[in-house]
Amino acid sequence: MDINHYLILSALLFATGAVGVIFKRNVISLLLCIEIMLNAANLSFIAFSRFLGQVHGQIFVFFVMVVAAAEAAVGLAIAIVLFRNRETLSVDDADLMKW
Amino acid sequence: MEALVFYTLGAIALGAAVAVVAFRKVFYSALSLILCLTSVAGLYLLLEAPFMAAVQVIVYAGAIMVLFLFVIMLLDPFSGGVHPDKRKYLRVLGPALGSIMLLLLFPMLQAYDLAMAPRSPDASPEAVGSVENLAMVLFDQYLLPFEVTSVLILVAIIGVVVLAKRRT
Repeated sequence: MDINHYLILSALLFATGAVGVIFKRNVISLLLCIEIMLNAANLSFIAFSRFLGQVHGQIFVFFVMVVAAAEAAVGLAIAIVLFRNRETLSVDDADLMKW
Repeated sequence: MEALVFYTLGAIALGAAVAVVAFRKVFYSALSLILCLTSVAGLYLLLEAPFMAAVQVIVYAGAIMVLFLFVIMLLDPFSGGVHPDKRKYLRVLGPALGSIMLLLLFPMLQAYDLAMAPRSPDASPEAVGSVENLAMVLFDQYLLPFEVTSVLILVAIIGVVVLAKRRT
């Protein structure tokens, strides 16, 4: 297996997550799709780390995971607040700051 | 053998990711995301990064997804089920934009040549992903970012508590 296979798989995963972010309407679904995209990037990092024989990619994945955990916690708290104020989880109804 | 494992795990990961997007119920989406994350952990094992695979299963597929499932459990029964799509054109536009992105990325990724990249000559793949080597680099070279990370987590904790606290 060469690195191009991993990069293409990573691109496919990232595109799937991006498509989900574009057409999902539920706040929690959007966060799930963002997790897919973060994972696609992580896969690229680990593949580069393996094929270049350098550990820095794995360290970076470490930090990405920490940021993802913080992002998920804050994002879900925002979803709870949104639901408490608006009685909905749909992003179409949370357009107060849109225009 | 390696190719077989790669294609199996890759197909599972991609199928699960597509299922996350395709499922209308957010609970099923979360469950298939767990499958996706676990098979990506398998790919990490294949890439000789056993520690990152363990962290992926424990932190990602374990802790973060449990957090997601808790929130879905709290909110989903009351949120009125599936939200009707107010903008139908996004159903076409989303996959179209995704395909364009892939079309732009594919030639670049296929033509990428590893020989152009800088290499560290002395490290063998098994030694790179070992816990000892990771710890040495993380706590030596990356000590400051590691400590700053704890500040980030502290900020996230305080933010979540402030956000989720009920105004009385």
